[in-house]
Amino acid sequence: MPEVSAVERVFREEYGRLIASLVRRFGDIDIAEEAAGEALVTALEKWPESGVPPNPGAWLTTTAGNRAIDKLRREKLRDAKHQAATMLYVDDTPPEPTGPVEDDRLRLIFTCCHPALAPEARIALTLRLLGGLTVAEIAQAFLVPETTMAQRITRAKKKIAAAKVPYRVPEAADLPDRLGGVLAVLFLVFNEGYLATGDGDPVRGELTAEAIRLARILRHLLPEEPEVTGLLALMLLIESRREARVRHGQLVPLDEQDRGGWDRALIAEGHDLVRQCLAANRPGRYQILAAINAVHTDAPAATDTDWSQVVALYDQLTRIDPSPIVALNRAVAVAELDGPEVALALVDRLPLPGYHAWHVTRADLLRRLGRSAEAKEAYDAAIAATQNSAERAYLSRKRGELI
Amino acid sequence: MTHYLMSVHGPVERTEFGNYGSREAMEQAFADTGAFNERLKEQGYWVFAGGLEPATTATVVDGTGDAPVMTDGPYLETKEVIGGFWVIDAPDLDVALKLAAEGSKACGGKVEVRPFEGLA
Repeated sequence: MPEVSAVERVFREEYGRLIASLVRRFGDIDIAEEAAGEALVTALEKWPESGVPPNPGAWLTTTAGNRAIDKLRREKLRDAKHQAATMLYVDDTPPEPTGPVEDDRLRLIFTCCHPALAPEARIALTLRLLGGLTVAEIAQAFLVPETTMAQRITRAKKKIAAAKVPYRVPEAADLPDRLGGVLAVLFLVFNEGYLATGDGDPVRGELTAEAIRLARILRHLLPEEPEVTGLLALMLLIESRREARVRHGQLVPLDEQDRGGWDRALIAEGHDLVRQCLAANRPGRYQILAAINAVHTDAPAATDTDWSQVVALYDQLTRIDPSPIVALNRAVAVAELDGPEVALALVDRLPLPGYHAWHVTRADLLRRLGRSAEAKEAYDAAIAATQNSAERAYLSRKRGELI
Repeated sequence: MTHYLMSVHGPVERTEFGNYGSREAMEQAFADTGAFNERLKEQGYWVFAGGLEPATTATVVDGTGDAPVMTDGPYLETKEVIGGFWVIDAPDLDVALKLAAEGSKACGGKVEVRPFEGLA
């Protein structure tokens, strides 16, 4: 007999597909969400008695579809909803097959990440409609009051309906740009999980897991897009180090991590994906970042790291993205190859005084050069600019160790 | 199909060349906008479009009281006002945004795209 939590787990697992197919069928997110909610209530009543049906996704889709039709008939509205209800007799198309560009979820993710929506609304809608997270969970993840998050989501849904943001996979010519927006949303979700802002948990596994789950779906839907593969590889390789990354509430930098604590299965999968990217030979930002991470996860010990390879990959990334943040990360690798003095000269040139990682990097380089007084100042600036509790704790310890 | 307002905002104060830097720039923008309008008509998106006289020619009428009250000048005191607009009929926002980008390039100003709730 399934527990309530088991029913809810199935429901969340199926939620994105369920909502996406209802949105396609009824053309309205609110109707889709309401019908899905009613299907959950029915499942919670029936499944503990009857057991989870063999194909829970199909059961939920049928039940929710019937609920939506009932509701539309009951309301007997003479507006667009009524037309949708009458259309049901003609629109008998089965749920669309899961093909490269056919899946309903793919349409919906492009809607949720549409450039006409505010960036924070894109993240929230993606987590709500495709991830099946509740508004309360999303609000908690992004440290805003639930009412604020609810308003943000409601406003975005209203805009989608009123301005007619289409449920459509963009045309081939627009796909790279629009896909970039989708990948950026997934990576933002992942990063918020990996280096959480605010005073809560320094790492939020539920967010990194959700970002990976959505990236897996996206890769399944767009297997020919190497940047999707690259992003998934990147997230898997970073995630593989999650357990080793915080100890006693302090962030542990890469070279001090216990590599035995890394998740070998995730690393193997990530490396395999990186190899697929290399074979595709259409490099992009996420693929290169994944390759850089693969160099790290390839090294049995920090001292075995192939830093010249890392610098070469950053050089390649710089050609695509000549931003100061990429230059900063490159300088960290240069420090290992050519020494901290060369790296510091590169870092000091970068216009990043508001970015905490710039101060962290300077502090570390100054410390290695024995310039303690300047290093202390840099650590103070880094601590002030850091919002992650574990990173603050680590920086405070490093500062305290300076003589 | 949905109707969208595509409005172009510009400074309240206009030079002798409208909002443009020179006579040539103004004439080029007029020509480009005219060509864009023709495309809208050919492709069936066209509903209506027009350029507005300066905001200083506006009059605000408040008819909510017993007798209407007239006030000289635009309703809002701002630095930017609507200088002209299109009303288009497009299947969805993606199409409207593409047209807005073309219109923006033609007239040389930013374009705000806003759906109509309905048309009388």
